[in-house]
Amino acid sequence: MLKGEYGEGTQNAMELLVAIGEAFDAEKMIPVTRAHAASSGQEGDLYFVEMLARGGAFCKIPTTTNPIADFEYFQKVINIADEHEEASVAWKTKDYYRQIGAVMSWSCIPYLAENIPQFGEHVAFSESSATPYVNSVIGALTNRESIQTALAAGVIGETPEYGLHLKENRKGTVLVKVEANLKDGYSYSLLGQYVGKKVGYDIPVFVGIPKRPTIDQYINLCAMLNVTGAIPMFHILGVTVEAKTEQEAFAGNAPKDKITVTDHELRQTHEELQTATGAIDAVILGCPHYNLDQMAEVAKLLRGKKLRDGVSFWVNTSATTKLLAERAGHVSVIEESGAHVITDTCIDMFCWNNLREKTGMTDSPKCAYYRRFGPVKVGTVEECVAASVEKGE
Amino acid sequence: MVSKDPICFYLVEPKTGTVREKGHHLEGKSVAGKVLIFPSGKASSAVQMDGLVKLLLNKNAPSAMIVTDVEPVLVGSAVLTKIPLVDRLERDPFENISTGDYVKVDADRGIVTVAKT
Repeated sequence: MLKGEYGEGTQNAMELLVAIGEAFDAEKMIPVTRAHAASSGQEGDLYFVEMLARGGAFCKIPTTTNPIADFEYFQKVINIADEHEEASVAWKTKDYYRQIGAVMSWSCIPYLAENIPQFGEHVAFSESSATPYVNSVIGALTNRESIQTALAAGVIGETPEYGLHLKENRKGTVLVKVEANLKDGYSYSLLGQYVGKKVGYDIPVFVGIPKRPTIDQYINLCAMLNVTGAIPMFHILGVTVEAKTEQEAFAGNAPKDKITVTDHELRQTHEELQTATGAIDAVILGCPHYNLDQMAEVAKLLRGKKLRDGVSFWVNTSATTKLLAERAGHVSVIEESGAHVITDTCIDMFCWNNLREKTGMTDSPKCAYYRRFGPVKVGTVEECVAASVEKGE
Repeated sequence: MVSKDPICFYLVEPKTGTVREKGHHLEGKSVAGKVLIFPSGKASSAVQMDGLVKLLLNKNAPSAMIVTDVEPVLVGSAVLTKIPLVDRLERDPFENISTGDYVKVDADRGIVTVAKT
């Protein structure tokens, strides 16, 4: 492959994987059976997928894609003229993913529907929440891939054997004692935000989480650990698949560091996120994409309500989830309030530029971190809805 | 230039090379043309590469990167943007290099030379 006998695109993909393998002293390549390329629709993404597609590369294993933008929807509802350059980069990128034979999921939670790894399966998953989710919750094995290394693995069907593909590197290294009251999805975001920043790039083992988190709580924790830090894996003692006992979680070693998280740290983390006061102009939910449970939740909160004049409200989800949410009636309830349900779209795209000067609100510290608003408030989904709708009669 | 904090190049302004991440050790400083010493990459697996490519297109990318904890997303981005990246130096770069020093990086041979200012 390296000599180009399978074409230039395959050669380029292999060259990248070999360079990664060399940087991490991998001894050999191993097969992977699925990949998720966290496509961003921006210059760096376009550069590599174009190079591979033009070089005739084609995905050998199921390779899903991350959200870029449902440009047509935005064209219908808001004025997004004069954004042609970013739009054209995004369009070209989407087209090259089609050419290269990717599964065009345009979803950042593909591990719930379009591309589900099994326990023990070696895969190559990029995307903040996806990497820790498949390692920690499912027990599949992946490194913290970039878009490019995941796509290259999708084309070659192999990855260098290093890091989290080796059992000895999957043990916990830092003990995180949770004394905080984790009451909702948002408190898991705050926990991830705090621990990601504090721990940086180790494997935390959480103790003291009273019961099994729900799927959306897991997603929030995963996403934030990989935003403020570079944490591709964690354990929850007695809960996640590779941490049934303390012995298993730490592989018999003593943790090299211990931290404690109480309500105080979560409250402080929450306060640090706030950069706005007063009334808000816009809400973005669904970063990462909302799953079906969250669609039901936001529909329940918006049922019978109307958005205040001048407030725009956006709920991001995957196309697969939207279909099911439509069947359940959630989408029409959300839309009747005046809110939008958006598929295939990342909050970090040009189509949100009209919100740049607005006071925003979101339930996602990740969304606030990448600053799509001017000043921003971050809070629970209930608080986001309460701040947006007309006061009750 | 030395950063105590890990870096997400997506939170660096492409047109100036200035770090715009709130509260970051290098907030408000430009990484353009610098040899950057920092612990590791962090944050998005998607846009680290976009950040570096945008800096490169605007000629504001760092000229080389020295890290203490190597991390796959940063390695992949460095390979593709051809920005030299070294890790596992024999001596701790944070103890031996200060902001303002002249630093020469030979990534092929893994040799870093420092001239104190």
